[in-house]
Amino acid sequence: MAESEIRYLQPINIEVKKEKYCRFKKAGIKYVDYKDYKFLLKFVNEQGKILPRRVTGTSTKFQKKVATSVKRARHLAILPYVGDMLK
Amino acid sequence: MVLTKKSMEYGFVNVRVSVFLQANFYLIKTIVMSTRYETVFILTPVLSDDQVKEAVTNVKDFLKKNGATVKHQSSWGLKKLAYPIQNKSTGFYQLFEFEADGDFISKFELELKRDERMLRFLTVKMNKNHIEFAEKQRNKAAEASN
Repeated sequence: MAESEIRYLQPINIEVKKEKYCRFKKAGIKYVDYKDYKFLLKFVNEQGKILPRRVTGTSTKFQKKVATSVKRARHLAILPYVGDMLK
Repeated sequence: MVLTKKSMEYGFVNVRVSVFLQANFYLIKTIVMSTRYETVFILTPVLSDDQVKEAVTNVKDFLKKNGATVKHQSSWGLKKLAYPIQNKSTGFYQLFEFEADGDFISKFELELKRDERMLRFLTVKMNKNHIEFAEKQRNKAAEASN
């Protein structure tokens, strides 16, 4: 009874979750380059930490590759080990 | 009795053949298949342009002297480092792509380590996807310059 009395002026929009996908599988990228600074920035947060799979949607296979290439980039001072306001 | 003896003999022969084949296989592997590697190193920004060139040619000569074939080289110039190394905030980046035997790498890295001009280096074994990627990128760069 109580529910039916509530009326909304606008229909409330229920958020539909976006389907996550692996960008490597979709784009057909086979190799993750550790020299590409701008590309690696997509998989790193503002402090330079590697983002988890649940955030980026990368598949396990490529998450592993992303992680190694980020670590290589860190060694070569292409990416920082600890950063601040990276993006 | 006879049967078992015979089977033993066969077994013996088989073992010999397989060992021979394996030895051959390794020989072929060492002769024909040399692996492709990629090395990136950073030189100190203190050097002048000529000194950088000299350091790079030194490395290249070392590679050639030890039977490695240089497939590609490129210099990225003076770049800013993401964090200071040896109190330096910039460095000259240089990339080498070469084919060599696996046991050469330790020797090569030791040589780089001894060089005081090197801030950092990294050697990576290239798989087929990596090689394909590098070649594609090179072709793209060549097209852009044309």
